[in-house]
Amino acid sequence: MRPGWLVAGFAAVLVAAVAGLAFGPVSLPPLSVAAELLNLVPGAEIDSGLTAREAAIVTELRLPRVVLGLLVGGMLALAGGCYQGVFRNPLADPHLLGVAAGAGLAVTAVIALRPATTGDATAGLPVTVPLAAFVGAVGAVLLTYLLGVAGGRDRSPATLILAGVAVSAFLAAGQTYLLQQNADSIREVYSWLLGRVATAGWHDVLIVLPYAAVTAAIVLLHRRELDVLSVGDEEAASLGLHPQRSRYLLLAAASLGTAAAVSVSGLIGFVGIIVPHAVRLLAGTSYRAILPLSMLFGGAFLALTDLAARTVAAPAEIPIGVVTAFFGAPFFVLVLRRAKRVSV
Amino acid sequence: MSRRTRMLATAFAAAVAVALGACAGGSGDDEPAGQPSENATYPVTVGTVTLDQRPEKIVALSPSATEILFAIGAGSQVTAVDDNSNYPPDVPKGELSGFNPNAEAIAAEAPDLVVISNDTNKIVEQLTRLQIPVYVASAATTLDDTYRQIRELGTLTGHPDAADDLATRVADDIAKLVKDVPQRSEKLTYYYELDPTYYTVTSKTFIGSLFTLVGLENVADPADPDGANGGYPQLGLEALFSADPDFVFLADVKCCQQSAETVKARPGWADLTAVKNNQIVALDDDIASRWGPRVVDLVRAIVDAVSKVPA
Repeated sequence: MRPGWLVAGFAAVLVAAVAGLAFGPVSLPPLSVAAELLNLVPGAEIDSGLTAREAAIVTELRLPRVVLGLLVGGMLALAGGCYQGVFRNPLADPHLLGVAAGAGLAVTAVIALRPATTGDATAGLPVTVPLAAFVGAVGAVLLTYLLGVAGGRDRSPATLILAGVAVSAFLAAGQTYLLQQNADSIREVYSWLLGRVATAGWHDVLIVLPYAAVTAAIVLLHRRELDVLSVGDEEAASLGLHPQRSRYLLLAAASLGTAAAVSVSGLIGFVGIIVPHAVRLLAGTSYRAILPLSMLFGGAFLALTDLAARTVAAPAEIPIGVVTAFFGAPFFVLVLRRAKRVSV
Repeated sequence: MSRRTRMLATAFAAAVAVALGACAGGSGDDEPAGQPSENATYPVTVGTVTLDQRPEKIVALSPSATEILFAIGAGSQVTAVDDNSNYPPDVPKGELSGFNPNAEAIAAEAPDLVVISNDTNKIVEQLTRLQIPVYVASAATTLDDTYRQIRELGTLTGHPDAADDLATRVADDIAKLVKDVPQRSEKLTYYYELDPTYYTVTSKTFIGSLFTLVGLENVADPADPDGANGGYPQLGLEALFSADPDFVFLADVKCCQQSAETVKARPGWADLTAVKNNQIVALDDDIASRWGPRVVDLVRAIVDAVSKVPA
């Protein structure tokens, strides 16, 4: 990897963060926004010229939202790149092993089966939604793993993928049934399914952060193994690697990160599958480069699409899943056309 | 509204009350602006919401809440509404979204009170962070919820007496309408259509409870007998045909262009009692999906339909 790309990755994150903080449905002078951010440093007291409410828009709404976008986007793209490497399959995405279906079923169950609130609904969804999503996602991946391993001696990645397809289909059927029976919760579930990084304060960020750190550490430390795995299991074994062990470790880490991202943001598609490929086309085929760059560019991409999600249709918001594909797809086609044919 | 499965994305500019001419329950008789009729004392607290002074810039993000606010005389304090709030005719133009609320766009209105029916996008938390009071007026499940919301909004906005009057009047009007329904030995049955895919309501829902008041029996009740699934089942056609309801009430007139004619034209429907006896009642989608003061109009539409059938 040329060091230039790493610089570009960090630059992208910086640009996305600055844009996400400077722009929004409410127009605020960029200098005042900068002053307000400096005020977060203990001891700083700059007069930004913003009202208390405008200051809160910057520090309580935009800043956590940008950070969450960077984290979730980074996680999804990193996990996607990791999955694609482990399965040697360019179409693998972070939801492949059942994360999406497991989280979806669990969240649907929580929303649909919660006792009817009479009168004053306690503000907000129950705390159990992120928890349910996380447990459902991890549970589904475990189930996939057990089925895949039980699938016989043939421990090929394909078995795991097929197990994932079966588990996803089964859980999705359960979710559809629940929704059909509890039609009044369709809108709420639907809005969760579409994904969002709408947040306020640091609660969601703190939920994701530890998992993101663990995932990033494991995957990035073991990223060379993906390059070795790509030459085939026997060759990898002859090079002193335990292909199976290393594969499961990477999958576990990537799934954990995905589950954490899903638990606070719902199902955001596209990022995990497209960003790693864009990086591959631009910066080369080694996973040593693809993974860290995917994390940086994925984070920047999601933070920017979230900016679009909350400004394009203001005074409403568009679900971020719509925006990621709407802006991401044409961009990816451009990259595809410009890049030399690269074998995956 | 959120309890409805229908996508009510197509809000029409002017809601035309179907089954009546007069405005019911005092909806629409707004007080002249800037004349607080009552000397309400602040601070007031309702649930988790505390207001230190009378709110003068209210943002209402639910059509039902908008109707309540105007009916209790707080209309002049409402500065912005959501894009589905279309009644009474003098509501301010609404561009905000109640389904996909955007915290920054709401804050840009500098509201001193936000009323919303459900908490999507973590909107309550986001607005709370900005020190903006939020009152969640969730979809009513009983008439008592409606009366409570009317009174609580009255307390918050400085119109406690007007709100109390309105709640009492709505209750009285409904009681009067129900009292005049002719007694009959056998209950009439009905099917309430939310959309053309036969999503419906049971007696356990807010709407269903109004029909129960009028003495009708819901053919969908067996589909969700104890309301465990929230009371919005999707009926199978065979079950519907075998139940053969006396009435079909259409709440998908505006959204999905259904009418007595389209129902008659459906394959196999011509033999149903409701079709043969011309007992298909087209409701106003808006009135039928809101839990504000115009529930009186909805009850009147039901009572009118029932009264035409000889006991």
